[in-house]
Amino acid sequence: MKLSTIVGLAGVAALAVLLEILIGQGYISPFLVAPPSEIGVELVALWKEERLVEALLMTFGSTLASTGIAIAVGVPVGFLLNRVRLLAEAYEGWIAGLFSAPLILLYPLFLVLFGRGLMTIIVISSILATIPIVLNTMQAFAQVRAVHLNVARAFKLTSWQTFWKVLLPAALPTIFTGIRLALIYSMISVVAIEYLVVLGGLGSLVSDLYDRYNIPGMYAAIVAVIGVTVVFFKLATEVERWLRPV
Amino acid sequence: MAASRLARSSAGGGKGSSRAAQVLSVQIATFVAVWAAWEALSRSGLLFEGVVPSSLAVFPAILEHLLDPVFWDHMGRTAYEVVAGFALGASVGAALGLLLGMRRFLAAVLEPYINYLAATPKIVFLPIMMVMFGVGAGSKIAMAAISAFFPVAVSVYRGTLQVNPVHVRVARSFKASQWKIVKSVYLPSIVPPLLTGLRLGLGVAIVGTLLAEIKLANKGLGYVVIQHYNFFRTADMYAVLIIIFVIAVGINTLMDRLATRFSHKV
Repeated sequence: MKLSTIVGLAGVAALAVLLEILIGQGYISPFLVAPPSEIGVELVALWKEERLVEALLMTFGSTLASTGIAIAVGVPVGFLLNRVRLLAEAYEGWIAGLFSAPLILLYPLFLVLFGRGLMTIIVISSILATIPIVLNTMQAFAQVRAVHLNVARAFKLTSWQTFWKVLLPAALPTIFTGIRLALIYSMISVVAIEYLVVLGGLGSLVSDLYDRYNIPGMYAAIVAVIGVTVVFFKLATEVERWLRPV
Repeated sequence: MAASRLARSSAGGGKGSSRAAQVLSVQIATFVAVWAAWEALSRSGLLFEGVVPSSLAVFPAILEHLLDPVFWDHMGRTAYEVVAGFALGASVGAALGLLLGMRRFLAAVLEPYINYLAATPKIVFLPIMMVMFGVGAGSKIAMAAISAFFPVAVSVYRGTLQVNPVHVRVARSFKASQWKIVKSVYLPSIVPPLLTGLRLGLGVAIVGTLLAEIKLANKGLGYVVIQHYNFFRTADMYAVLIIIFVIAVGINTLMDRLATRFSHKV
């Protein structure tokens, strides 16, 4: 383990102990910040009594489904836009604009269209996740080096072979950067909508526990959300490292 | 954006103006097609009445809102929360980013935690903010601050990594004070990433504030949206969402222009 990692973990532990003492001595109200020891107890309680596993699976499932849809739509659209320059020139600015627009605020509109259910969560999250994939796919295919294509032509590769043997492998790392963003975006969107609409999943758990004024439980659920984020973050980083040459 | 530059440079060469006309006609055609599809859907009877209101109902609703002083009150509240939270979060974020850039070991210790928290959906911190700062403007300002903090801190930190360490050593050997080093060596090279961070930070601060207002508030644009939703006034809801989008995209474009201009100057 690196020294910085050890210092970091020690820092987290020290912070937890400090909070525990400050709350125990009455300097911080336990109704504002739950003592770390209670958060640990509550995590176990959530596991046993609040169907934490079910909520985790729902959040994971929705995130993976949204990312999957985003890949299935975004990569072909990005490739098409790379091939048809006119469309790329017409739409790229718009797509970049959408990327910076607060699309998640449209969720009430999707609630009206698709009802209060999983469908709404997945539709809006996959739309959000599709945009970075489209942008990165366009860039990925535009970056393929001319030399590689010339070699393909010299060997008289069919366009099908050129796509699978030359274009796609060269584009894959950059496409994956888009997929990594998509994974994080859809996770954020899934949890946010779960929290806002209380449709089940980890986000709803946080909202529920706040409504019941179970402060330690609420902190425990938030810790679980951070845990899920760490898992997705590491997952995305590892797969990207594995795909990237060098 | 690198990709758009690529698209432009590889475009069909000499025939510039006819190409631009083609692009424009594709854009207009798309716009008209989407509009027509919207109108067709709203009149088709496929969906329950009012689910997709006609644009003929939505555009007057936009005007109605813009002429209503009460709506401007809500807008003022949201603007206040966004600006206050953004100012707070961005300044703390910029300071931390700079500190991390100058203290590499501290950066190595904190970086993973900052990365994880930056990717965490901030909205789940809202209940903590409501417990601490109440359900009024305080918790929304805190949400805006937390949201803006991360992109600014990360951008500024990455900017400081671009600073040539030799320049810092030169400044040290001339016995420049710590403040002088920050001002003359670090600041000039972090202006472009800082502006990018501010742009991203303001964007997420707006989203964070509005989502918080949607969840629980009695004033602000987010509150207006969710009130329209609860009473099934869909045309009004579309109208407010369109107003929010125009403002958000407008602010983002403005910040982007500003950043481009500044990074050319520096």
